[in-house]
Amino acid sequence: MMSGAAMVVQTLNDLGVKHVFGYPGGAVLDIYDALFAQDEVEHVLVRHEQAAAHMADGYARSTGITGTVLVTSGPGATNTITGIATAYMDSIPMVVLSGQVPSQHIGEDAFQETDMVGCSRPIVKHSFLVKRAVDIPKAIAQAYYIANTGRPGPVVVDLPKDIVNVAEEHPYEFPTDVTLRSYNPVLKGHNKQIGKAVKSIQAAKRPVLYVGGGAITAEAQGKVTELAELLHCPVTCTLMGLGAFSGVHPQFVGMLGMHGTVEANKTMHNADCIVALGARFDDRVTNNVEKFCPYADIIHVDIDPASISKTVKAHIPVVGSVDTVVQQILEALAGSDFSEQKAKLADWWKQIEGWRSQQCLSFEQPSEVIKPQKVIEALYKHTNGEAFVSSDVGQHQMFAALYYPFAKPRQWINSGGLGTMGFGLPAAMGVQFAHPEATSVVVTGDGSIQMNIQELSTCLQYNLPIKIITLNNRALGMVRQWQDMIYQGRHSSSYMDSMPDFIKLVEAYGHIGIKVDKLEELDDAMERCFAEKNRLVFMDIAVDQNEHVYPMQIKYGAMDEMRLSKTERT
Amino acid sequence: MKRIISVLMENAPGALSRIVGVFSQRGYNVDSLCVSTTDDDSLSRLTIATQGDDKVIEQIIKQMNKLIDVLKVTELTDSPHVERELMLVKVVANNEASRNDVMRTVDIFRAKILDVSAVNYTIELTGNVDKLDAFLVTLKHSATILESARTGACGLARGEKALTP
Ligand SMILES: Cc1ncc(C[n+]2csc(CCOP(=O)(O)OP(=O)(O)O)c2C)c(N)n1
Ligand SMILES: [Mg+2]
Repeated sequence: MMSGAAMVVQTLNDLGVKHVFGYPGGAVLDIYDALFAQDEVEHVLVRHEQAAAHMADGYARSTGITGTVLVTSGPGATNTITGIATAYMDSIPMVVLSGQVPSQHIGEDAFQETDMVGCSRPIVKHSFLVKRAVDIPKAIAQAYYIANTGRPGPVVVDLPKDIVNVAEEHPYEFPTDVTLRSYNPVLKGHNKQIGKAVKSIQAAKRPVLYVGGGAITAEAQGKVTELAELLHCPVTCTLMGLGAFSGVHPQFVGMLGMHGTVEANKTMHNADCIVALGARFDDRVTNNVEKFCPYADIIHVDIDPASISKTVKAHIPVVGSVDTVVQQILEALAGSDFSEQKAKLADWWKQIEGWRSQQCLSFEQPSEVIKPQKVIEALYKHTNGEAFVSSDVGQHQMFAALYYPFAKPRQWINSGGLGTMGFGLPAAMGVQFAHPEATSVVVTGDGSIQMNIQELSTCLQYNLPIKIITLNNRALGMVRQWQDMIYQGRHSSSYMDSMPDFIKLVEAYGHIGIKVDKLEELDDAMERCFAEKNRLVFMDIAVDQNEHVYPMQIKYGAMDEMRLSKTERT
Repeated sequence: MKRIISVLMENAPGALSRIVGVFSQRGYNVDSLCVSTTDDDSLSRLTIATQGDDKVIEQIIKQMNKLIDVLKVTELTDSPHVERELMLVKVVANNEASRNDVMRTVDIFRAKILDVSAVNYTIELTGNVDKLDAFLVTLKHSATILESARTGACGLARGEKALTP
């Protein structure tokens, strides 16, 4: 026998949950009391509930393990909304336990009452409003099951205060079966579709693998690499897929899409067979769908049938997990002779090398001002390319994605779908909790970092030695870039007039700040930063305010129509 | 083009709002929605009338299938199926002539008078959507309609085909 509150904690424990990111309040005080009574499940006290959700998210992205959030009713719950939406857009497994006013007061506009199930409905995979204490273990266990199977996503479990009351005890039973008759994700591709895909792949003279976040979710990097090497074909990754295929592999042609490389976008546009693996033909990839990749047979592998043919019609849809389907394809190809494959693709590679030789990512580094690209290159060098890099949203995010080649999946943590400024720092904290020994870096901007900067306090409390690399351009750079390009340089509200002294600020929070405004100081400063193994270091690096991110696709154009600099285009 | 979609789902709290959400969030239109529990009270059956080309309907069906509470979704439009709707109409019929006219129309359409007052008739009619529309048009010639309520189309496939858990 135990209370509802104890059941919540016991269920988390039985599910193997190690960390809960949260913030207390009236409706969850019983649960906090139950947390206090044990030390299996560690609670991490954040400074803002949005950050709790991003921490759970970073934790999940870096491990594949479902992240857990615990918040009170009303404002506590609504503060998580942006974090839930961020996880939803990127298919990240997360469970949010939210307190709710006592059952008998639901609907009375009681103190701190919000309809959390209703508020979150469009941005969750599923939600539960638990009505009886005895249902708590099953609801929570099902929430974890749903969150991290099929196409993962956030699940909300709303817990009215009366059912977690510490004064009432009920029998506890951990559910042995959490399956639902109405939920059966398909993992294995249909044999007929696999057959069609294989035929198309074998016939292709200009194939490309287009790899998205689904490949990371499915832990498919091994299989994807095997397939790529067997076919000797070029591979491009989406912003969400970076690391699913090594960024330093000779067959990697870079990220594709709005800020993709010339070689990636041209390879896609000219391909005769596109094998999309856990990618969803997002508008930031396709550019104008009417002009999208006119020569290609499109094989679309995705675990979510609703992603297939949503924007771009797939010629060969395959519903299933990337890992399983690629394995099936490999098996189907096992008997084929690939000895001629290199020769067969020689012309294709010659074309690709031609695009590559344009070196679209090259930049000039003048002596008087630091280029943001230069900072990312230095970061790569000083971390041996091995850090977990969490990013915020803006130009710095694109520079990080383009100039830090990720060799492994789950190394690159960013809000791709929702593009949430304020994501980076808390996400890096989640990463650090999951990987205490690893180097957890945030690449951020002067705008984004101020959207969850209060978490510096949490970092001190839990001794998180995060490295914050701020590309300080004194501007909302990405907005400014668009204003330069589309609005004749009218910088409407895209500059920051009264930037804080970040160094004093981080020192006030108890951390180390390093300011860099000269190129010649950059290397030394990075050296000092990464030498501080046990302290959080905040690097405030002044970078060129006028830099733009290139390449950039031209609106309404095909994939491969790009601006290459302020004056050149493809 | 008018489309009829049939859904079998858990009779769970919040399930219906999730279905409605698929339409409202993605900008699709619901023409009518008919919903109730089935012979098995753990299940609900919905019939949804909507508009859209094949691509839109494919997305709607996929998005509904994606909901955790949904067991099965099928489109009835182009396959053999039966479809019925129930309508209640209250008309003002306060003189001999209009009362006779209304009675005649009721007879012709095989409708039924459910309630009578000194100045009103309340009429029940079941049929497919077109029949109900036609009835309203005809009725308007002989009487003033005070109010009406329709259930929206409710449909099942013909023959052995069935949505079962
Ligand atoms: C929460 C939120 N609000 C607004 C935006 C729109 N937005 C995208 S990038 C950007 C500027 C980011 O500025 P900063 O963090 O300094 O990065 P920079 O582009 O300068 O590198 C803005 C305002 C957003 N993505 N997220
Ligand atoms: Mg900035």
